[in-house]
Amino acid sequence: MPEPVDKVSIQLKVNGKPYAVSVEPRMLLVELLREELDLTGTHVGCDTTYCGACTVLMNGATVKSCTMFAVQADGAEIQTVEGLEKDGQLHPIQKAFGDSYGLQCGYCTPGLMLSTLQLITKNHEPSETEIRKAIAGNTCRCTGYQNIFKAIRLAGHNLKGA
Amino acid sequence: MLGQLGDEAKLLAGGQSLIPLMKLRFANPRHLVDLNFVAGTSYIQEDNGAVKFGALTRHSEIENSPISQRFPILHDCAAGIADVQIRNRGTIGGSLAEADPSGDWATVLLTQKTDIRCLSPRQERTVPLSDFITDAYSTVLEHDELVREIVVKRPDKGSGGAYLAFKRSAPVYPTVSAAVQLTMKEDVCQHASIVLGCVGLVPVRAQEADEALRGRKIDDKVIATAMDAVRTAVDPQPDMRGSAEYKRTLAAALVKRAISIAMLRARGERVEVSHIYA
Repeated sequence: MPEPVDKVSIQLKVNGKPYAVSVEPRMLLVELLREELDLTGTHVGCDTTYCGACTVLMNGATVKSCTMFAVQADGAEIQTVEGLEKDGQLHPIQKAFGDSYGLQCGYCTPGLMLSTLQLITKNHEPSETEIRKAIAGNTCRCTGYQNIFKAIRLAGHNLKGA
Repeated sequence: MLGQLGDEAKLLAGGQSLIPLMKLRFANPRHLVDLNFVAGTSYIQEDNGAVKFGALTRHSEIENSPISQRFPILHDCAAGIADVQIRNRGTIGGSLAEADPSGDWATVLLTQKTDIRCLSPRQERTVPLSDFITDAYSTVLEHDELVREIVVKRPDKGSGGAYLAFKRSAPVYPTVSAAVQLTMKEDVCQHASIVLGCVGLVPVRAQEADEALRGRKIDDKVIATAMDAVRTAVDPQPDMRGSAEYKRTLAAALVKRAISIAMLRARGERVEVSHIYA
């Protein structure tokens, strides 16, 4: 059995809301989000830094939350899939994934939508190559990706119009 | 701090190799010292014909920097490591100090004149990259010493380089990777440096291949001689990514392609490189 360790106090913002929590230093960021903060939209897929289901934004940049300790997010702003919707209205990216059937089982979708957010915030009209590069770290085992490509293009279009 | 904690402590940079290794229990450090909150460790500066990287500069910062646009082999490397999320966290100093035989930076930077500036409570010293990595996952760093800065000399005018990795998918390590730097005077190669990754315990310098190119006009025959020298120089292990013979053939093929791109870049042409996926 691992020996007990002292907890560390950290403060962070998740989807704009401030949290002060006490965590074991070995706790992963994804465990903090899911198990302590009850934000279960961020998924654990492979838990080996491969699949990207756990992708969240930290200070505006995508990271795999299974490959960071929660204490490393001290002082950071995290955005998860729960932060996309505003006032009961779906985010243009969420709408685009629905309208384009850019998901089947949906397990990879939260991570893909956050990778999409990082991409289209800077680039409303990404080329196919740019989309490929942007989602290379997000594995989908259902769709064959074609409808995800459509969804990302539509999301860029929606965001431009918004 | 490392001095106090003793040799059971390990430094945590981007964590994109170390944290997965810890999850697999391949690494089990008693203490982790997180460098990410240390200010002033992430920067890219150009100074006196050299580019200096702070040890904690993220791959994505290098990928998106104007300097790597003008030093394209650095862009090939930074923009091709794993995927966006890993590049947002992983660092150049961490990659070099980890000395994974499949890592990208050491292979690329061995084709350049690269110095590693190391810091410990006792001393500050500069070690050429060629002496820095001693074995797989091993460097000259003492347990209380860290990488502070990486200094890469800008290649001469008329010199071009390229780095190509062959991968099964983005987030995995390459099957084989090849870095080539050529200094050309018209059609004649003045200087060549060819280094292969993932085909030995440390990056492999193919010096006989360098010799095959040096002083010659680079044509198909000369390239074929260099490719044969590459096949002999590498020492790949068979694994799930392919047999030793397959990797030898792949190494030679990647070098051929990297030579053609390096020649174009030596002439000042802009060539976009993307890694090759199986």
